[in-house]
Amino acid sequence: MKLGIVTFCALIVAACGSAGPVGSPSPGAAGGTVDVFAAASLTDAFKAEGQAFQQGHAGISIQLNFAGTPTLVTQIEQGAPADVFASADTANMERLKSDGFTGESPSTFAHNQLEIVVAAGNPKNITSLADLARPGVIYITEGSTVPAGKYSLQALQKAGVTVTPKSEETDVKSVISKIELGEADAGIVYTTDVKAAGAKVAGVQIPEQYNVVATYPIVVVKGSKESDAANAFIAFVLSSSGQAILATFGFQPA
Amino acid sequence: MRREKAPPLIALLAAIGAAFFVVPLIGLMVRTPWADAAGSLASADTLDALRLSLIASLAATAVALVFGVPLAWIYARVEFPGRSVLRALTTLPMVLPPVVGGIALLLAFGRRGLLGGWLYDTFGITFPFTTAGVVMAETFVAMPFLVLTVEAGLRSMDRRFEDAARTLGASRWTVFSRVTMPLIAPSLLAGAVLCWARALGEFGATITFAGNFPGVTQTMPLAVYLLLNSTNTESSYVLSLVLLLVSLVVLVALRHRWLGSA
Repeated sequence: MKLGIVTFCALIVAACGSAGPVGSPSPGAAGGTVDVFAAASLTDAFKAEGQAFQQGHAGISIQLNFAGTPTLVTQIEQGAPADVFASADTANMERLKSDGFTGESPSTFAHNQLEIVVAAGNPKNITSLADLARPGVIYITEGSTVPAGKYSLQALQKAGVTVTPKSEETDVKSVISKIELGEADAGIVYTTDVKAAGAKVAGVQIPEQYNVVATYPIVVVKGSKESDAANAFIAFVLSSSGQAILATFGFQPA
Repeated sequence: MRREKAPPLIALLAAIGAAFFVVPLIGLMVRTPWADAAGSLASADTLDALRLSLIASLAATAVALVFGVPLAWIYARVEFPGRSVLRALTTLPMVLPPVVGGIALLLAFGRRGLLGGWLYDTFGITFPFTTAGVVMAETFVAMPFLVLTVEAGLRSMDRRFEDAARTLGASRWTVFSRVTMPLIAPSLLAGAVLCWARALGEFGATITFAGNFPGVTQTMPLAVYLLLNSTNTESSYVLSLVLLLVSLVVLVALRHRWLGSA
């Protein structure tokens, strides 16, 4: 019967369509592939780190997987084949460590600071954290489990500003793209994200006394099949050439 | 139907195929913390998400009925140039990644979108970050299921009843509302339930177009995804199970009540 067939096909499609965006990390191929799980805010910097590292280490290939830090922790704890984990905060690193998924103790490889991000030209004339609470300003943030979201909340608290966000996005990149698209007026992201977004958005500095310093730790994931290569990659990130690359993207030295 | 024994190879492959679907469900049930399940479900955020999901998915189904049934009628009854192209376009969301749908909605109905820009400048209306935005995202993804099901119903119904009504002097609207609609009631119901179930599970278009805020745009699937990435992973298993049970009930009911056992 025709209705039955059509409906059944529709059911199948319905079932397929409801997948979430949980990144399925590609399986780590044997022999010289290091799977690096890095926080979304490291996207551009770690692509450059990966390329520079591979130039000096023929035979090792770096495979990058970017997502919000807590997503990465969940992926690793559910058995994703990660060799290196680069976190945007110490809390998520501690969570992974206490759950027994890290090898040695993590090393800090970079620092970052917060900045207010607004549309290019700053049409709403936002100059301070207090302006975010102004009526008519659409403020969006990252969810409080995402490091950037947690830091944003800390900065607002330090400045004594209470503001209800219109949305709690899953990572810094979605906050920036919604501001680029003009759906939101302002958000708080890392200095490096504003720099990476280029001319489409503008940054408004947050005074030192309210700002929060983000600490980025990196570690070899326990059970890594490529722990030598993974350690070599971490050593490279911590080396002066690795640090120089991070600096070009606006990160502060370890 | 003649009963038959399956050849071993077919039986084996079919068993693997079935296990692929059943094992993940068992995995979810095994890992669900049943003892804390009530607590997870009763938390304020969860109840908010549940309430919002019900409201938004029912609203999306209502919108889909209002606009989708006429669309299905046109597709089934009226010949016009470009009909198959239009039908393909309006059913595209069935196969389109929902995130892409969300981006398209932003570019059309966002504050700087094609239509949304005009709506915002003229009336100050915006859809992103509102419950209306959630309903739009869900309608976009779910309505095609209703349209296709209703169209199939219209095509397979016996049109002689309509002809009879017309010869007895019924107006075109009377024929539509008093003869056609009751005759295709099973397809209408099946289409609406299917549409509602799809809307209930919508994730990608919603988070992209409407954002995520508890009580306003955070539906159950969004809550599941965010809980999975928090320290409270177990709660996401409980919510997943709720969504799974609802979907299962819908599927089983559809198959037995409205489609007959095939």
